[in-house]
Amino acid sequence: MRFMVIVKANKDSEAGVLPSQELLTEMGKFNEELVKAGVLLAAEGLQPSSKGARVKFSGGQRTVIDGPFAETKELIAGFWLWQVRSKEEAIEWAKRIPNPTGDEGEIEIRQVFEADDFGPNLTPELREQEQRLRAQAPMQQ
Amino acid sequence: MSDTHRAIEAVWRIESARLIAGLARIVRDVGLAEELAQDALVAALEQWPESGVPDKPGAWLMGTAKHRAIDLFRRNKRLARKCEELAHALETQQEMDVLDVDAIDDHIGDDLLRLVFTACHPVLSTEARVALTLRLLGGLTIEEIARAFLVSEPTVAQRIVRAKRTLAAARVPFEVPSGAELDARLSSVLEVIYLIFNEGYAATAGDDWVRPALCEDALRLGRILAELVPQEPEVHGLVALMEIQASRLRARVGPSGEPILLLDQDRARWDQLLIRRGLVALERAEELGGVLGPHALQAAIAACHARARTPEETDWERIAALYDALAQLAPSPVVELNRAVALAMAFGPAAGLELVDALTSEPSLKAYHLLPSVRGDLLAKLGRFGEARAEFERAASLTRNGRERTLLLERAATCSREAAPPQPG
Repeated sequence: MRFMVIVKANKDSEAGVLPSQELLTEMGKFNEELVKAGVLLAAEGLQPSSKGARVKFSGGQRTVIDGPFAETKELIAGFWLWQVRSKEEAIEWAKRIPNPTGDEGEIEIRQVFEADDFGPNLTPELREQEQRLRAQAPMQQ
Repeated sequence: MSDTHRAIEAVWRIESARLIAGLARIVRDVGLAEELAQDALVAALEQWPESGVPDKPGAWLMGTAKHRAIDLFRRNKRLARKCEELAHALETQQEMDVLDVDAIDDHIGDDLLRLVFTACHPVLSTEARVALTLRLLGGLTIEEIARAFLVSEPTVAQRIVRAKRTLAAARVPFEVPSGAELDARLSSVLEVIYLIFNEGYAATAGDDWVRPALCEDALRLGRILAELVPQEPEVHGLVALMEIQASRLRARVGPSGEPILLLDQDRARWDQLLIRRGLVALERAEELGGVLGPHALQAAIAACHARARTPEETDWERIAALYDALAQLAPSPVVELNRAVALAMAFGPAAGLELVDALTSEPSLKAYHLLPSVRGDLLAKLGRFGEARAEFERAASLTRNGRERTLLLERAATCSREAAPPQPG
């Protein structure tokens, strides 16, 4: 099973302060561990929200709002995609994420949906429909 | 199960292979190393629910297992000499104990590799290699292995006990083979990993057509091995093959559980992340130079399909050439049959039929339903419907899969209609 492991933003990440040499080194080592354990599928760091935008939906309307966004704690600064055997394993790995400065931070762990997760609620007809939808919207893959 | 128990299980999954590998280097006995690691696990299960999970669970388990080793050796006089050796080994390590985790890390790559080669040692049966690899390197429980292979837990437990006994009796050294032996032994390791993958990918038993968790376990083992021996192109070839095949897991099962063949799959459901990872692994294999091995060649073929956005875009000429290379490297009638299909797709049905006809006298393919199935397909494309119908019927009688049989009989019926078109008027 796969988990997206989300690093929440903080003042520094939102201000565009680059990570310290120390953090980069520690993080490099940690990522290497993940690779060696066959766990790491993908990882990306995100630029501050000031370089991003939001598109709001309301009925037929689309409104574009440029960053930055105020609620720093709700923003994300990066993510990993891990393949592990259980949520507990993802948690164990997450506890090992380096934090050399001792700053306060938060990591959110979310399981990625697999087709089987819909279980019996996904009837063959619904499953087929979902397949068609996916085919039409490859972005959701 | 309590949260702590689940946490311990997770720690075990992460740490057990390193733990067993590190212990095996000290005690020089994989079976004993595994038992010591198990003892440490039991101690954790007793203590952690009270004390909480320690900050460095791996180091805790290692320390506990080492103490168990000393206790065991002191009590067991028959192993007195080994005890001295061990005591010495542990003493020299004592000063490093403060930096226990780092100390393990220094050797861990080598130790894990030794463990891989020991678990896949040719002195063991294939079944034993598979069970031991999943147990020692994958960190799977007996129950998980039993469930994955649809056998009983006592059977798996027996297999593992016997495997460890065989290793001890044969005095299999805890080492990485060198020289000419390395290639053959590495092939054996790759074979075991691919076998595990295939058991998940095309389940040979049970009701499920695929068991994705087993594919994930095999992929994980492959990725670990690729980091342990990054200089070996075939390891990257195997990883590439598994990543690309796994990318199609979602697309190869239909709504009611029936298999969907490659060219009929909805390519929007292919996992692009795994395809990209597979292509990168294949590049790594190719960059290392030399002639591509059988896994890398199969990965290259899989990559041709992965790169084609529609079936029509498939580079069949390249696939035919790759099968040609594969047939020379690892000749087999099944590879020839695949080559025939590729030739037919690249150069027309007549080109493929010529090769298929040559295979009809192959004894090992006598009961292989895909031979008449492919031959029927090519004959139908050439308008020879009467012969095609007979081949589809033959294929239907040979397949053990009910869904496939229905499909083949439908094709036979279509051929009958084509062979005797309704009279006009």
